[in-house]
Amino acid sequence: MKIIVCIKQVPDTTNVRINPETNTLVREGVQSIINPFDVYAIEEGVRLKEKHGGTVTVITMGPPQAAEALREAISLGADAAYLVSDRAFAGADTLATAYALACAVRHLGGADVILMGRQAIDGDTGQVGPGVAENLDISHITDIRKIEEIADGRIVVERLLEEGYARIAARLPVILTVVKEINTPRLPSLKGKLAAKKAEIPVLKAADIGAEVERLGLNGSPTQVMKIFTPPKPGGGKKFTGEPPQTVGALLSELTAAGITIRKR
Amino acid sequence: MNYFLTEDQKMIKDLAAQIAREKIAPIAAELDESQEFPWEVVKTLAKSDLFRVFVPSEYEGLGGGMFEMCLVVEELSKACSGIALAYAASGLGTIPIILYGNEEQKKKYLPRLAAGEILAAFALTEPGAGSDAAGIKTTAKPDGDSYVINGTKQWITNGGEASIYTVVALTDPERGVRGSSTILVEKDHPGFTFGKKENKMGIRASATRELVFQDCRVPKTNLLGKEGMGFLVAMKTLDQSRPGVASQALGIAQGAMDKAIEYSRERHQFGKPISSFQGIQFMLADMATQVEAARALTYAAARSIDSGEKDVSRMSAMAKVFASDTAMRVTTDAVQVLGGYGYMKEYPVEKMMRDAKITQIYEGTNQIQREVIALGLIKESVRGKK
Amino acid sequence: MDPIRVIVQSCVGCNLCVKACAYGAIELTGPVGAREGKPTAVIDLVKCTLCGSCVEACKRYKAIVITRSTFKGQDVKAYSGICVFAEHRLGRLASVVPEIVGAARELQKELSAPVTAILVGNGVRKYTQELLSLGVDEIWMIDDPSIGDFDEDVQAELVAQVLMEKKPEIFLGGGTVVGRSLLPRVAAKILTGLTADCTELSIDPATMLLRQTRPAFGGNIMATILTQNHRPQMATVRHKVMKPASRVENPQGKVIELKHIPVPKTKLEFLEFVEEKTSTVNLVEADVIVSGGRGIKDPKNFALIEKLALATGGAVGASRAAVDAGWIPYSHQVGQTGKTVKPKVYIACGISGAIQHLAGMKGSDMIVAINSDPNAPIFDVAHYGIVGDLFQVIPELVKRLENGA
Repeated sequence: MKIIVCIKQVPDTTNVRINPETNTLVREGVQSIINPFDVYAIEEGVRLKEKHGGTVTVITMGPPQAAEALREAISLGADAAYLVSDRAFAGADTLATAYALACAVRHLGGADVILMGRQAIDGDTGQVGPGVAENLDISHITDIRKIEEIADGRIVVERLLEEGYARIAARLPVILTVVKEINTPRLPSLKGKLAAKKAEIPVLKAADIGAEVERLGLNGSPTQVMKIFTPPKPGGGKKFTGEPPQTVGALLSELTAAGITIRKR
Repeated sequence: MNYFLTEDQKMIKDLAAQIAREKIAPIAAELDESQEFPWEVVKTLAKSDLFRVFVPSEYEGLGGGMFEMCLVVEELSKACSGIALAYAASGLGTIPIILYGNEEQKKKYLPRLAAGEILAAFALTEPGAGSDAAGIKTTAKPDGDSYVINGTKQWITNGGEASIYTVVALTDPERGVRGSSTILVEKDHPGFTFGKKENKMGIRASATRELVFQDCRVPKTNLLGKEGMGFLVAMKTLDQSRPGVASQALGIAQGAMDKAIEYSRERHQFGKPISSFQGIQFMLADMATQVEAARALTYAAARSIDSGEKDVSRMSAMAKVFASDTAMRVTTDAVQVLGGYGYMKEYPVEKMMRDAKITQIYEGTNQIQREVIALGLIKESVRGKK
Repeated sequence: MDPIRVIVQSCVGCNLCVKACAYGAIELTGPVGAREGKPTAVIDLVKCTLCGSCVEACKRYKAIVITRSTFKGQDVKAYSGICVFAEHRLGRLASVVPEIVGAARELQKELSAPVTAILVGNGVRKYTQELLSLGVDEIWMIDDPSIGDFDEDVQAELVAQVLMEKKPEIFLGGGTVVGRSLLPRVAAKILTGLTADCTELSIDPATMLLRQTRPAFGGNIMATILTQNHRPQMATVRHKVMKPASRVENPQGKVIELKHIPVPKTKLEFLEFVEEKTSTVNLVEADVIVSGGRGIKDPKNFALIEKLALATGGAVGASRAAVDAGWIPYSHQVGQTGKTVKPKVYIACGISGAIQHLAGMKGSDMIVAINSDPNAPIFDVAHYGIVGDLFQVIPELVKRLENGA
């Protein structure tokens, strides 16, 4: 079975802060990590390989340093990795990114199952998966929390929705975006880390993947960022300090005075 | 302090630290209470290839040595030395096979041990033979193409959980120590049973059991080395593995010290964090210095062994003595720094103090270690060397 | 050519662009430019997101130029109107629909164009009444028994066909599971721009373009996005972010059934839907939410949060830290990558107030914070705060509430 996992290297946004004086992002000390949702996709891909045989290839569209993320993916069990990187990709929105990734997948000969995390924690859009699927003209299903089975070219999955989950089947090839409920990712192995160190990671440029230049990068992006600003900081309210009986009492008095009741009616 | 680890060594250390942080620390208190064996952690260590670090590459290991094993044991012990012991004790049981196994034995057992599929254990101590190891009474009578083993081994770590046991027994009781041999006994060999799990003061997540041999029949092909070599195998094994015990103690000490430092910053008394009081500062400084000295000694001993040095007994003994005494001192001080909270089971340091004690006792008591060191010094002086 | 460049001859090395760049992508390491001895700006294309803050900062010298061209888009002049996606499933219109109609009607005030809705499915006729009463002027409907509720591929194809035929200049959808899957597919079919999870939508008076504002970097910064050359300008909006449309007294809108658009066969096979109700009150709909964060320290302490939730008749929420630690399922997560909530009362316990959590709850009518750290950022957004040990404060609060405070 041919499995491709699309990953993204992102800054660890839980640790990103704003410098209050300059109102800019403090990027020092913020690590670059594999997008957490993609780690679950890598794990699922490796599990599929272990169950059905085949290969797991990881790809990412990014700057040269994104190769680190690919190496980490190899230490987690991926067999091969490709870095899709070219100055022409700079400034790409999700449409241009999906186009480029689709070209890369096509260049690699396609796959039976293409996996990625449900969204990247820096952009949070979740738009690339459906976009790649449209470009490749194959089915896609998002928010997958379980792959039940794959047999005779047919895959059965559970898709997590707001009020429950749907069981859906589709014919391969298919693109799936996964949620964290799908598995518990394994830790890297030493053999994996040694393989990752030695791994050769070919770089695929725009010309290599047969992408039309006008559909790439900023030029290929219908949406463009016009302005960046820091959200206004709200002012604080009333703070009570002291021993619990006093502080709780003070809070409740304030609330009563303000006509607000939090007691269950 | 920089110990100039290679990239691969850093990789091993970091991975062990990650496993300690993510998989061991969260369950340490629970397993200390329940004394349940940490099979899930063993599986994680296996999957991450950590059992391979000290096995030669010809047998599916990663070709590292004692130093790499020490790095792993230290990191795991920071989170819980009881759980770490499942790994370390298996290492101890594997070393005799690496040192003295023949090709068939190595091929049969090492790949599975390297994969963490099975655990090993080392069985020397008996009810009547602790420090006086020569006083063992278990016999392994040659009978046709087997040995028939009779006797009891006491306080064997991984007893009941391990699949393969390196047992030191008397194949020729008349000759005493020179009649001892080391034999590989598998868990399901007939006549081999286990006593109940011991209820211990510390390292409670590790399994300690009695091994009972009643006409246990084992094929002669399971003899390690030659008949009569039993004690040699045991002593050489312990010399090699002793830095492992030192690293366990080191990990405990480091873990306790880290908790003490963290607590001293958070705990406020007299309007200040207690870390601002000289009394506490001096305690922390002494703890840190001793831990670092223990580390330097342990690493030096491990590297010495791996470099093929012949006479490693004294360095090994020194590392073990110093690291374990340090662990006892540091954990006691850590409880003191945490004060009343340190005494409560809700906080992790009292467990570390209970865990530390054993490192002064097993794998050769610190009294025996001191004897070894002293005798070595005297012999050297007699020979006129510096 | 690079999309952004520095005109060295115009650059005076004044450092304003460096300070304006939120991404640290500019350094004054270039060759000397217009001012003697002053090195010029050099832009790191890897870090640069082409947001244009530096161009704005350099408006005096105009030394930084961004070439914003795009591949050929649709004929902008031919598009007008504000359209919404009427998501529905299992007999109900999605609860976000009244909110996106509300947003559309706000935009209508600036654009003076009709508000329309695309409604595709089986038996969807029954939703037209509600949509019209929300003020939708025209519903473009495809009602066909072969369109299953879960046949998203067919729905996406039909939506794309309708958009290409009817040409609304704006198309809005809910930031729901389905919305975030279907709309990107539609955007890729049509080759237009889509902005996800907008918190603000407005019309730029100069260009009449849709200004799409959304949080980025976990909510640490806000970005305003424009889709200049492509149509429709698509955006999704999450539940509880926009105000629902007010009911219209005498709905005048009409329903147009598009029978001429062929309905393709689905390539998906719907097997079954399994409902899973969370045991506690539905988080997003709750009037009171009690949330626990890292300060809870231990999964078993969530019982305290549950007790307070019970005493207030509220739902239990959690910060990402608590969910990532495995203390409570993801369905309870409030925040940028969890749920957005707007309860009457939000009680944050042991939650520091990281921006990406605030993104999910700062719209609450009243925020109460309980935290032992007086400097925790949560106190900046809380209307009322108690600095103290939650293990003592919560039981006290529960006691008083139970005794009829």
